[in-house]
Amino acid sequence: MVLGVFWVFAGVAIVSAFLCITRRSPVASALWLILTLFSLAGIFVLLDAQFIAALQVLVYAGAIMVLFLFVIMLLNLGRQGPSDLRGWPGRLVAAALGLLLAAELWAVRTWAPEEHLRLPEGAIARMSEAEGPVHVISDALFREYLIPFELTSVLLLAAIVGAVVLAKRRL
Amino acid sequence: MLLGPSLAVSAILFSLGVAGVLLRRNAIVIFMCVELMLNAVNLSFIALAQQLGPQGQVIVFFVMAVAAAEAAVGLAIILAIYRHKQTVDIQNINLLRG
Repeated sequence: MVLGVFWVFAGVAIVSAFLCITRRSPVASALWLILTLFSLAGIFVLLDAQFIAALQVLVYAGAIMVLFLFVIMLLNLGRQGPSDLRGWPGRLVAAALGLLLAAELWAVRTWAPEEHLRLPEGAIARMSEAEGPVHVISDALFREYLIPFELTSVLLLAAIVGAVVLAKRRL
Repeated sequence: MLLGPSLAVSAILFSLGVAGVLLRRNAIVIFMCVELMLNAVNLSFIALAQQLGPQGQVIVFFVMAVAAAEAAVGLAIILAIYRHKQTVDIQNINLLRG
């Protein structure tokens, strides 16, 4: 049952990712990418990461992709212009390198962590049932990763200032 | 149980992202393919977090923060280049070539 639902989400994610990289219009690409991100959120739920799945929908499919669509429409790239896909040599190189990389990564798909490192089956699911899905991540985030978390705020501030400086015509 | 399939899906999505970067010439679409690669890596982090503990989910949290910052700055750069060159086709963007 879980595996069936997983493959439905995975199939939607892979097909829409393929359509995302092959559609000519940037708006269509962005919309297919949003579908990929939604299916990935579904897979995250199946992998016991409910909080990350909610963040995926809110931050990725919501905020970041709206930013992309906003810029596409601001630059008026939505109309059907000449195709920006590369010619046949470029397509062959892209397909060959993509398949090579996929083969390399496919070889490690059966890799599994060693037995003594592994948590018991369903440990994260039980943890999130007992303490809530947010507690699972917040406990690690605000203890072990507190300094990286604070540094993230500095990074976001730098990104805001940088984006304003770059995009503004005249300061 | 879902670790193997998740790593396989992650591998396929990452390769599609790489192929997209090589295939397209529109800077914004290339940028979206980079986001696709980031998401493929997030998927393998989440799949391994299920087996090895919640630290992997924390890393995904940081990846999302970095991706948001990257999207804001990158799109601002694309906007600035468009204002300068009237195009986002990377064939015509060679400002750094001597």
